[in-house]
Amino acid sequence: MSGFSVNEPSRRMKWFAGILVVFYALVTLMPLLWIIATGFKSPADSIAYPPKVIFRPTLEGYVNLFTTQTRITPDMEEGLEPPKNWVEQIVRDKGMVIAGPSRYVQRFMNSVIIGFGSTFLSVFLGTLAAYAFSRFRVPIKDDLLFFILSTRMMPPIAVAIPIFLMFRQLGLSDTHMGMILLYTAVNLSLSVWLLKGFIDEIPLEYEEAALIDGYTRFQAFYKVVLPQAMTGIASTAIFCLIFAWNEYAFAVLLTSGEAQTAPPFIPTIIGVGGQDWPAVAAGASIFLLPVMVITILLRKHLLRGITFGAVRK
Amino acid sequence: MAQIVIRNLRKDFGEFTAVKSSSFTIEDGEFFMLLGPSGCGKTTTLRMIAGLESPSSGEIFIDGEEVSGKPASQRDIAFVFQMFALYPHMNVRNNIAYPLKSQHMPRRQINARVAEVSRILDIQDILNKPVGGLSGGDRQRVALGRAIVRDPKAFMMDEPLGALDAEFREHMAEELRALQDRMHATTVYVTHDQLEAMQMGDKIVVMNHGSIEQFGVPQDIYDWPATMFVADFIGSPAMNFLRFEGEVAPGADMVHLDGQAISVPPQREGAAGKLVLGVRPEHVSLSDASGYRAGVIATEYLGTTRIITLESPNGMLKVRVPATSNAQVGESVGLEFNARTLTLFDESSGRALLSEANEGVLANG
Repeated sequence: MSGFSVNEPSRRMKWFAGILVVFYALVTLMPLLWIIATGFKSPADSIAYPPKVIFRPTLEGYVNLFTTQTRITPDMEEGLEPPKNWVEQIVRDKGMVIAGPSRYVQRFMNSVIIGFGSTFLSVFLGTLAAYAFSRFRVPIKDDLLFFILSTRMMPPIAVAIPIFLMFRQLGLSDTHMGMILLYTAVNLSLSVWLLKGFIDEIPLEYEEAALIDGYTRFQAFYKVVLPQAMTGIASTAIFCLIFAWNEYAFAVLLTSGEAQTAPPFIPTIIGVGGQDWPAVAAGASIFLLPVMVITILLRKHLLRGITFGAVRK
Repeated sequence: MAQIVIRNLRKDFGEFTAVKSSSFTIEDGEFFMLLGPSGCGKTTTLRMIAGLESPSSGEIFIDGEEVSGKPASQRDIAFVFQMFALYPHMNVRNNIAYPLKSQHMPRRQINARVAEVSRILDIQDILNKPVGGLSGGDRQRVALGRAIVRDPKAFMMDEPLGALDAEFREHMAEELRALQDRMHATTVYVTHDQLEAMQMGDKIVVMNHGSIEQFGVPQDIYDWPATMFVADFIGSPAMNFLRFEGEVAPGADMVHLDGQAISVPPQREGAAGKLVLGVRPEHVSLSDASGYRAGVIATEYLGTTRIITLESPNGMLKVRVPATSNAQVGESVGLEFNARTLTLFDESSGRALLSEANEGVLANG
C-alpha cells in the first residue's frame, strides 16, 4: 500500500472548494449561456450596448434561421392574406414574408451524415486494426504504429492544398463521401492508438477461453473482446465525433453546396439581411445539441475510459 | 475421455527454445502433473496440447487422432486458466453455458446440464450472480463448471490453485482430486508446487529448461530421482547432496566419504571423478556409533519432527529426526544412512547412476 492517508476535509475547505468549482463552472459556461441567450434576443437587443442581460425573449432568431424571407413591396401588400400562425406573424411584424425554408436543416443533416459516418468508419476500422496490432504478430509492427501516429504530427490543414487538388481530380469535392473519407483519415490514427491501449488491457485469456469453448477467432473477437472494449470504443467514438462535428477549415475549403456542413454555413447567415446575430446564435445553439446529448448519454463510459488503466482490476 | 500421446514435441520462440523434443503418454483417466520451475516449458506444453500454441515440430495424439494442426475449438478439450478467465460481461449461469451454446445445444438441454454441474460443484445459489463479485473459491468452481459442463475429452489446468490464498488452496486441491476420482477424466495439470503435484497426481512429469527430467508416479520420482535437479526440486527439505571425489565400479556396494565406508545399493554402472551421494533428510539418523561425523548448526522444531542442519566434511545437510531428539547446536554427532535409499549421481552430468535399487524406475523413465 502507498503511504498516504486521506483525511476528511474540514467544513471550511469543503465550502471553499464548492465556491471555487461553482465559480469556475460559471466562467466556462458564460460563453455558452451568452450564445443560447442571444438566440432568443431580438436583433436590436443582441447588439445593444451596454449588453442586455434582461430582455424580452423572442423566437425571431430561430424563425430567421429556418426560413428565407422577402421584404413586402407596396404592390404586394393588397393580395396579402393575414398571417396563418405565429411564425408568419413574427416575419410579418418585420415587414417581410416567408419565401421558403432556409438551407440550415439540409446543412445540419450534412453534418450528421458526415460526422456520424466518419466516426463509425474511424471506430470500425480502428477497432479491427487495434485488435490486429494488439494480438497478432504483425511484421514491422512498431514502424507501422509509428507511421500511423506520424500522420498526426503536422496540423492537418498543412496538407489542405494537395488534398484540395486531389479531391478535385477524384471528384470528391463537395461530396459526403469525400468528407467522410477525409475525417476518417485524420481520426484513424487517434482511434487506432486509443483502442490499441484499451484492447491491450483486456487479458488474452478471455479469448483463449472462448477458443477452447468452441468458438472461432472471429466469434471470440466479437462475442468476448468487443463487449469488454465498449468503454474504449465509446470514448474513442466521442473524440472522433467531436473532431468531425466541429471541423471548420477543411469544410470551408472542400464543401460549398451539396455537402456543406453546418460550421461553414452558420457564419453565412450573417449576410442574410443585415447582421442577424440571433439567427447565428440560434444555429450555433442547435448545432451544439447532438454532441452534448451523446456525451451525456455516454458519460459513464467516457469517465471510465479516461481513467482506464489507472486502477487495476 | 481419452489417452493423450505426445511425440517429439518442440516449441521455439525465435532463438529461444521453450520446449525441447519431448515425448510422454497420458493414459485415459489419469491425473497427470506437469511440474517444474517457472519458465521450464510446462505451460507451453499444456498450451500446445490444448491448441492455444502451435508446436514447431512433433505430434500430439488425442484418442489416437493427430491434432497438432487443428484449432483449439475443434479439439474438444477444456482449459482452466490460472486467473480463471471467466467472461466478465456474463453471469455465472451464462459462463457455464457458454461452451454448450457454441455447439448449438437446445436451451432445455443446456439448462439441464448447467443445473447438474452446479449441483456437483455446489454453486446452485450463485448461478444468477455476475462473476465480478465472486470470491476466489467460487470463481474457481465456476471455471471448473465451465470445463466439465461439456464433458470434454480431457481437461487442461494451468496452475488453477495459484490464484487462491494458501488456506483455501488445500481445500480446493482436495475438491479437485475428489472431482477427478468421480469423473475419471483425463487431466493435465500444470504446477510449480511439488507438494501439490505429489498430493494430487497419478503421474508426474518434471521439466526443466524445456526438457523432461523424469516421468513417473510420485513415489518413484521422490524415492529414485533420475537427476540432481529432480532430487533437489522434489521434497522439502530437498534431498541432501554429499559431494566427494572417488570411484565406483559396477557391482560396488560401498563408497568412501571422509575415510568412512558407507553402504549403497549395489551399482549397475561405474563412474569416477566428482560424485554426489544423494540422501533424503528422513533417511539419515543420528548415531553415536557412526564414524561419519557432522557438527550441528541449527535445529528447527516442527511439532512431529525436528529438522537439524548439519555441517559435514562433504557439505551441508538437513536431516529429519524425531521431535524428541535432543541434539544441541555446536555438538558433533555421528550420522547413519539408510543404505537401501541412497542414490549416487555423477556431478558433471547431474544424472543418477544406475543401481540395483533404482534401475527398475529409471530404465523406463
